[in-house]
Amino acid sequence: MDDVIKKLNKLGLSILNDIENGKNPSMEIPIRSLSNVIYDKKTKQLTLGEKKLKRHFFNVAHSKKFMQTLLVAAFCKSLAEEGIHTSIRDMYYNLKRSFPGTKENTFDEQSESDPIIVDLEVMLDVLREQLRLTTDRKGIVAGNVIIKDRGDTINWAKLGSGGWSIPSTVEEIEFKKVDADFVLVIEKNAGFERLHEDKFWKKENCILIGTGGQAARGARLLIQRLSREFGLPVYVFTDSDPYGWYIYSVIKSGSMSLAHVSDRISTPSAKFIGLTISDIYKFDLKRCIIKAREVDIKRAKELLNYEWFQKPEWQKEINLMIEKGVKAEIEALSNRGLRFMSETYLPEKIKNEEFLP
Amino acid sequence: MTEEKTAEYFASQQKEISVSQFFEKNKHLLGFDNPTKALLMVVKEAVDNSLDACEEAGIIPDIEVVVKNVGDDNYKVSVKDNGPGIVKTQIPKIFGKLLYGSKFHRLKQSRGQQGIGISAAVLFCQLMTGKPTKIWSKTGKNKKTHYFELLINSRDNEPEIIKQEDLDSPLIKEHGTKIEMLIIGRYRRKRGIDDYLKQTSISNPFAKIKYRGPDGKTIIFPRTVNKLPKAAKEIKPHPYGVEFGVLDRMLKETKAKSLVSFLTREFSSIGTKSAGDICKIAGIKRSVLPNSLKRNEIKKLLAAMQKVKVQRPPIDCISPIGESEFKKSLEKEYPEAEFVTTVTREPAVYRGTPFQIEVGIVYGVGEDKPVDVLRFANRVPLLYQAGAGAIVEAIKETDWKRYGLKQSLGNLPSGPVIIAVHMASSWVPFISESKEAIAPYPNIVKEIKLALQDAGRKLSSFLSGKRRAGQQKRRLQIFERYAPEVARALSELTGKKQKEIEKKILSLTRKNIKIEDSGDGNG
Repeated sequence: MDDVIKKLNKLGLSILNDIENGKNPSMEIPIRSLSNVIYDKKTKQLTLGEKKLKRHFFNVAHSKKFMQTLLVAAFCKSLAEEGIHTSIRDMYYNLKRSFPGTKENTFDEQSESDPIIVDLEVMLDVLREQLRLTTDRKGIVAGNVIIKDRGDTINWAKLGSGGWSIPSTVEEIEFKKVDADFVLVIEKNAGFERLHEDKFWKKENCILIGTGGQAARGARLLIQRLSREFGLPVYVFTDSDPYGWYIYSVIKSGSMSLAHVSDRISTPSAKFIGLTISDIYKFDLKRCIIKAREVDIKRAKELLNYEWFQKPEWQKEINLMIEKGVKAEIEALSNRGLRFMSETYLPEKIKNEEFLP
Repeated sequence: MTEEKTAEYFASQQKEISVSQFFEKNKHLLGFDNPTKALLMVVKEAVDNSLDACEEAGIIPDIEVVVKNVGDDNYKVSVKDNGPGIVKTQIPKIFGKLLYGSKFHRLKQSRGQQGIGISAAVLFCQLMTGKPTKIWSKTGKNKKTHYFELLINSRDNEPEIIKQEDLDSPLIKEHGTKIEMLIIGRYRRKRGIDDYLKQTSISNPFAKIKYRGPDGKTIIFPRTVNKLPKAAKEIKPHPYGVEFGVLDRMLKETKAKSLVSFLTREFSSIGTKSAGDICKIAGIKRSVLPNSLKRNEIKKLLAAMQKVKVQRPPIDCISPIGESEFKKSLEKEYPEAEFVTTVTREPAVYRGTPFQIEVGIVYGVGEDKPVDVLRFANRVPLLYQAGAGAIVEAIKETDWKRYGLKQSLGNLPSGPVIIAVHMASSWVPFISESKEAIAPYPNIVKEIKLALQDAGRKLSSFLSGKRRAGQQKRRLQIFERYAPEVARALSELTGKKQKEIEKKILSLTRKNIKIEDSGDGNG
């Protein structure tokens, strides 16, 4: 039996056991709130602590979620048995129905079924991808790489202007050829377009990944696989503001909301290439700075306190931002010429190994 | 030129007016202000009279009321009781003379107090229709029935006998009285005869009342208790409650030969020692003849009586409805109620007068609206001036939110609730002669509030139990709703039969509805 099917079956049997012994049926779920998120210095990753809670059927506050959890579990078991994938939105519609004689639905919004999936992940210690649930594609990749995906051979170097869209599940992708010296992850789609058009990946012999904002799980897993399976250094390139820096931190150490899967999708060896506040002054971009808003400063102060931002280099950068009250976008580099980023800024940083840890 | 008028001329114009003439011009003082109320008042005076008569004679009352429309606004009202009957010579005085009666000069709890009631009704009917009142009365099985047709001579306040016969009539079986009056009035159900009789039945659980209304339908208000209440005892006035005029009259009428013996004999709670103290403070010799006191001496005596510390009046002279009897009555009249509670307080005293407060709360009657208030004084329902008096004041001043009812500050609470309050006393202080609202003396309001709080606490514990039961029911519904889905999912996960799992869950449900809810079950 498939490992996932076994785990789902075990969950069902333990609840059935409660019922047969006249106990209030319950399931135990590790707590995912911030209070139970811990930064592990050794692995440099966010991880979940030991705290757990019980979800009971005979408790009005839990009862509906208890029922919903079992519906999602049973749905995932049928996916595994049939060997098919489906999107989390499809699952929501498939499980949505109303109770006879009432106006109440099993699920009212997708926002009710999505967190149940994460509950199952932490409860059973499986990934959503293993449960065969997919999300929208997010992220683009280009580079000298040939892969096999569901029987098709795809060359990431020959996809014209578009690049390859990263699917939500990349576990089953097979790498046929990987010819690159490093991976450059860029937060902005516009930045990706610029570097792709300049054939940056060809000139610098790298793999270029655009995340389009916060990296999705598919993109994060892909980055991790390239780092782990091919020993490629990973450089992350974001805006110079707390949100950009947190995108880097999620790729490197995992996120607080998905702390339970950090070890399987984060890349602790990743390094930050830019944009830093120091760069603004070093490259004379003062004309292109943006005044930091109050929320930016507040968020920056939060970052200052995170354990994984306690490195002196980061403390210096963040404090500089707070002190000057400024931030800047990747696109600010275009002030020095449209190709300044691809021909001067990035190559020099890589050559001189000017990274933040 | 105006002609000068002499004092002799004025003297020729001035004449004594009788009490009957006075009320002829001031009908509203007796409560006959409008046609609706007038019809009610006639019924009310007759029924109150019948109940008092039965109770005093120790007879469990059986009363029949008939109200019949006899064309236009004319109604024929008849009230028949099984009371002791009235001896022939007394009949004209009782029904045909205002302020005649045994009740005014004594202190004892009774429905009527002044002896105005029934004769005022006779006078009123006579003024409206010119027709006499008919009375049948019989005092024993083998006696004749005395039949009278009476009018009141309002100038002399004397009865005028239109017709008198002694009959062998089967109308009254053993003993009792029937009165029949013709009146111009207007009939309505709400705050009219129907409500009055319903409430009378609540406050007189030992009475059976049969009523046929103008619509021809007969309603029977059955008795819920087969025993008369403990009889109210007559008491002597207490020094703290006496007024100048009363004291003056008592001094004139007493048989006592000295002031000290007057004080100890005619008042309650005064012993020889306190009587001596009163004389000393008033500066009057203790041996002086009571009816020789001068006006300013009476004033000093009255002041001295207020100063001396004496015991409170005896309080066992009052006859309450009774906590369990009151409850049975309310349950009988409101069979749809979910909950009824009653409280009878210990007797208390205001201005030297003993009184006792009883409260009933009925829950689950009607809509969520400002509560209905039933007010009773010496077992008589008070239907008018609903917004005034000690009872309404006490209800408004009570914090009903503490007992689970809605209430905006200083108003009546809201809910499907009836609040009934009874004050029993040897002298109920009414706001006016029509006896529609109790005067809000601080001690009375305080006692009513304490009784309301007692009853409120019982209501509140009922309501919280009801809330719990409602919650249990909702919980049960939730679990029963989700059980089939849970069973289906578990069946898919484990391969076991869905129906069997569902059966097991449902059997567990009943056992588990009492588990307290906690947390939100969020991971």
